[in-house]
Amino acid sequence: MANPLRGEVIKLYKNLLYIGREYPKGSAYFRERLKSAFMKNKDVTDPEKIKKLLARGDFVIKELEALYFLRKYRAMKQRYYEQDK
Amino acid sequence: MSGRVLVGVKRVIDYAVKIRVKPDNSGVVTDGVKHSMNPFCEIAVEEAVKLKEKKLIKEVVAVSCGPQQSQETIRTALAMGADRGIHVEVTGKDYENLGPLQVSKILAALAKKEDAQLVILGKQAIDDDCNQTGQMTAALLDWPQGTFASEVALEADKIKVVREIDGGLETIKVNTPAVLTADLRLNTPRYATLPNIMKAKKKKIANVKPADLGVDLTSRLEVLRVEEPPQRQAGVKVETVDDLVGKLKEAGRI
Repeated sequence: MANPLRGEVIKLYKNLLYIGREYPKGSAYFRERLKSAFMKNKDVTDPEKIKKLLARGDFVIKELEALYFLRKYRAMKQRYYEQDK
Repeated sequence: MSGRVLVGVKRVIDYAVKIRVKPDNSGVVTDGVKHSMNPFCEIAVEEAVKLKEKKLIKEVVAVSCGPQQSQETIRTALAMGADRGIHVEVTGKDYENLGPLQVSKILAALAKKEDAQLVILGKQAIDDDCNQTGQMTAALLDWPQGTFASEVALEADKIKVVREIDGGLETIKVNTPAVLTADLRLNTPRYATLPNIMKAKKKKIANVKPADLGVDLTSRLEVLRVEEPPQRQAGVKVETVDDLVGKLKEAGRI
């Protein structure tokens, strides 16, 4: 039951939950998806597989950060800079 | 050289929030509205932190003027990598009247007090769009300024700044100490992740009152009216080409 990677998984979940608060479609939408994604893999016990899933989670965080940055950058560019072709 | 950089961060209404004007036209609704750090201030913080990571400077100090909630903005700056914060507490009426001149007076006083080598600010805030604080701070300190920076390079005792100007770029060299303001393309600010926010809670935020700095906050500006931009007129559907031509003639387009 007490998997040594348990703490890591919870930490990842918390980090994702935090970053999801800014999700464009709303934090409730994000939370639902996040939970189902974690629940889908709840029976995984192989440490190698868990590590792979953790890496995937970290990748998702990186992607979300990039998404937020791009969204903000585009909004600023549209508001403050003339559109030049 | 002290190697200390002062970064100004402003707490503004989040860029993604739809702004509503108060019914009495005295300002915009701020209660219960999501606030975050001004995007241009994020770029300024990132630049300071990058300079520190390259070991070109020693300390990054984040400053914000405003009510208690401004500390959250400072916390975000600390999570992004600033070393410590200074919260200049301005509340109530003073906060409503707080404009670029008052803030630049505070920043100039702090820059002297902290013996800063550089002051980095965002080029403008997305709420009042003033684009004045950096320029005024430089004027009050009588320091050179590099505004709308899209590239900054420290060279011995000089700073090379590439500025975004109408229709191109301008490269200038300024002496230190100096005031820089960040433009959009200067860098890509990092995200303040949860672990970093937690770590930032250990960093110190000093509380300062404007009076301690000997700054007078009286404003010479009076806001008369705040209005929403005109609404876009609804379009009309036409059935036939003749209708369309008729309508266009009516509108004087053809």
